[in-house]
Amino acid sequence: MFHALADATRRDIVAVVLAQEQSVSELARRYPMSFAAVQKHVAVLERAGLVVKRRHGREQRVRGVPGVLREVHGLLDQLESLWRARIDRIDRILDEGASP
Amino acid sequence: MTVTDVVKDTDNRRMTITAEFGAPVERVWQIWADPRQLERWWGPPTYPATVVDHDLSPGGAVDYFMTSPEGDKHAGWWRVSAAVPPNRLEFEDGFADGEGRPNPDMPVTVVAVTLADRDGGGTRMEITSTFATVEAMEQLLAMGMDEGMKAAMGQIDAILES
Repeated sequence: MFHALADATRRDIVAVVLAQEQSVSELARRYPMSFAAVQKHVAVLERAGLVVKRRHGREQRVRGVPGVLREVHGLLDQLESLWRARIDRIDRILDEGASP
Repeated sequence: MTVTDVVKDTDNRRMTITAEFGAPVERVWQIWADPRQLERWWGPPTYPATVVDHDLSPGGAVDYFMTSPEGDKHAGWWRVSAAVPPNRLEFEDGFADGEGRPNPDMPVTVVAVTLADRDGGGTRMEITSTFATVEAMEQLLAMGMDEGMKAAMGQIDAILES
């Protein structure tokens, strides 16, 4: 996440799309760079979980993910780890009975 | 790998995990219905669970504690809201204070389990775990996500080792 925000343009994009959803073309008009370059920044931010993209007709629209939502996602990730570990243990118990 | 699907819904504070087992539904139900089997998988090996009370009928309760490697006991409880053996179980899952009473400072999750025949034999188990309230999540966030989750979910480190 820190790496994703190392670039001033990316920090600005996050601030803009947290305030209001923008299409990639709208973002590209704000900065002195190509559509493809902006798209690349958005992709980095998306991988870091800082923004999400959705398709709207022919446009790709980008919005910011508030911090609390990222934290909620982190909690759900931990619930997933907890249940995966439990399911592994259940599997081992069930296998004992199945072995000849 | 028996886990076949995981869906996370942040808007509804909910995680759904689906797993498949070779064993039939009646056998998989036993890992919930038999307290001695439940003890073997609910907590990680380093935090073994001891089930004290176990009543899976609607309105019933399961009371248990987990023992840390240092010998500290962490008590927990279920309150069963629905049970249709061998296919369905729903309960609230929370933590208790030193006296075994529900601890309101710790988050409650609602767990729904469904067991169904799988095509070609075996069982499909779906577990949905939902943070009961926004406050339940905020309690965890306020404690600091990692610390809160370790306390609430019985030591993630230990789970990862298991």
